[in-house]
Amino acid sequence: MNENHTIEAQRENPGIFSGLAATTKRDLLLAWKRPGDVLNPLFFFAMVCTLFPLAVGPSAEQLEFSGPGVLWVAALLATLLSLNSLFISDFEDGSLDQFLVSPQPLPVLVLGKTLAHWLTSGLPLVFVSPILAITYRMPLSVVGVMMLTLALGTISLSLLGSIGAALTVGLHRGTALLSLLILPLAMPIMILGANAVSLAASNDIYSTGIWALGAYAIASLSLAPYATAAALRISNE
Amino acid sequence: MWKWFHQLASPPHFYRISAILAPWLAIPGTILIAYGAWQGLFVVPMDYQQGDAFRIIYVHVPSAYLSMMAYMIMATSGAIGLIWRIKLAHAVGAAAAPIGAGFTFLALCTGSIWGKPMWGTWWEWGDPRMMSELILLFLYFGYMALRSSIDDTTKADKASAVLALVGIVNVVIVHFSVEWWSSLHQGQTVFKKGTMDADMRIPLFIMLIGFTMVFGSMLLRRIRTEVLYRERRTRWVREMILSPEGGV
Amino acid sequence: MTHKLSADNLTLIRGERCLFQGLSFALESGGLLILEGRNGCGKTSLIRAIAGMLTLEEGTVFWDDVPVDDQRQTFHGDLVWLAHRTGLKGDLTLVENLGFERSLRAHSSRDPEEVYERLGIARLKKLVLRSLSAGQQRRVSLARMLLADVPLWFMDEPFTNLDREGRALVMELVEEHCAKGGMCVMAAHQDVEIAAPTTRVKIQ
Repeated sequence: MNENHTIEAQRENPGIFSGLAATTKRDLLLAWKRPGDVLNPLFFFAMVCTLFPLAVGPSAEQLEFSGPGVLWVAALLATLLSLNSLFISDFEDGSLDQFLVSPQPLPVLVLGKTLAHWLTSGLPLVFVSPILAITYRMPLSVVGVMMLTLALGTISLSLLGSIGAALTVGLHRGTALLSLLILPLAMPIMILGANAVSLAASNDIYSTGIWALGAYAIASLSLAPYATAAALRISNE
Repeated sequence: MWKWFHQLASPPHFYRISAILAPWLAIPGTILIAYGAWQGLFVVPMDYQQGDAFRIIYVHVPSAYLSMMAYMIMATSGAIGLIWRIKLAHAVGAAAAPIGAGFTFLALCTGSIWGKPMWGTWWEWGDPRMMSELILLFLYFGYMALRSSIDDTTKADKASAVLALVGIVNVVIVHFSVEWWSSLHQGQTVFKKGTMDADMRIPLFIMLIGFTMVFGSMLLRRIRTEVLYRERRTRWVREMILSPEGGV
Repeated sequence: MTHKLSADNLTLIRGERCLFQGLSFALESGGLLILEGRNGCGKTSLIRAIAGMLTLEEGTVFWDDVPVDDQRQTFHGDLVWLAHRTGLKGDLTLVENLGFERSLRAHSSRDPEEVYERLGIARLKKLVLRSLSAGQQRRVSLARMLLADVPLWFMDEPFTNLDREGRALVMELVEEHCAKGGMCVMAAHQDVEIAAPTTRVKIQ
């Protein structure tokens, strides 16, 4: 080893974008090495969508009518399922401790993780949903609207859910508790998304729902990481 | 002012003051409720549209109002506790939640009893106010569940304060989204905001004040219990209990 | 550039227990601070409190005479924490793990290959962390600490899981670090003899 290596004085910390990119990259890499964590919520999504026709009956009219709602409820539940593991492994192996003393601001690291979560849970849902939507006899023009609402909605769900995941990390009954905390908060997202799709299906004006979902996504992008960071600090005390 | 506020935030001081204050809220509050109820049930004339069924508003409106008020108190005290690290504030939040949940439940029950003669059904999914109130009840449940599942009190205080604050931002969004949703499905809300006669309004006003005062005394009593539990290892609690008065 | 870590009148209460009260110390560049005490007496909590992860009941920690709460990012940029849990991902390889850590920190001119050689983990580079032994994982944590290349080291029981040779290596690294003007806060329940200006804090 270089014996005359000295500790360099006061170097600039790298910018927040490098921290954001590094965290996202790390979590994507982890997801790549454990594809089950990504696939399970997708199977769950497909499964819930299968349950409804079995329970309600396969008549075309009914499916067409309930399709948007069913797909949205299934997407909400699938996202919730995947949120559980957002911070657990980092909590258990001590990575979270290291995040807390990292020179990068914690909200940035949290945002990076949440972004990776959306890329591995929300985005796949968006791309799988058309297959299920077609089985529900949704017209192609409406499928596009549905994909858009799901894309915007799952961003907010990931961000909002990260607050709940941070609050419940390390608790024994975390799983059930997370649903209890997040579902009431997530209701507006589902209301906006599902109803925008329904409106599109009945050839009504649906833009209100899309704009509101977009506004919600922007608001949660700017606020949720701070709440999540605060919650993580508290949970890790 | 600030000094007075700080003094109040010290647990022993609060404990003393609240003991004096609580009955001064409870007794007049009960009298007001009794008077308002008598007025509302027997004196006020029957509504020409709703008949006697409307009289439930004298319980329904105050409890709906207090259900939101309690949430506001919970969130505000959570913010105060997080920002200024005042421990008493967290005790306020812990004390307010079950009362708030109780009033939310009462508002839902009375709303549903009112709904039966009005809509012909106990529960109307299309009414935005009932939906908002139901979601509020779920938020209370979440808050209390989070609190009870964290063993460490300081940690539970802070975590639930964050949740209450996230909730308060969301309550507004919930309200508007539910309103938008019900406008799609119903076209209009069931109750129109009509004008009320003055002789109907005055008992309601009395009930509102009475309910608020009783709520205040309930809250104070719960905070006192909470403070006593949290401070059980401190000297002032020990001295107070050992004193001849036995700690009133 | 010299640094100074000082603490004034620290009090920490966890649940019902007061872990320490009125604890003060000062540590200058080149110094070693050893926190002594039985298991479960609050050594780890003290380190966490100094690092700003626990809320202190009373007291302030200063870095270069500025309260750390006012300059969290700077302070965290100057410290690295060798914790009890490695904080490394079992599914990632050694290089992937350390690469992530490096991208969060300021650029260092230290050559990773040399560090791997010195710690005897050069041939493990391509393996996932899960497949390494506890002692090898600890060496990876040490590598992260060296590569961070910062003045302040927090070491929580650094000798756990290490063989005699590994323990000697840790002491050597700390000595070198202090000689170069770094400083080190170490929690240890066994006697540690390291040739550096040492302050000892005993926690009851």
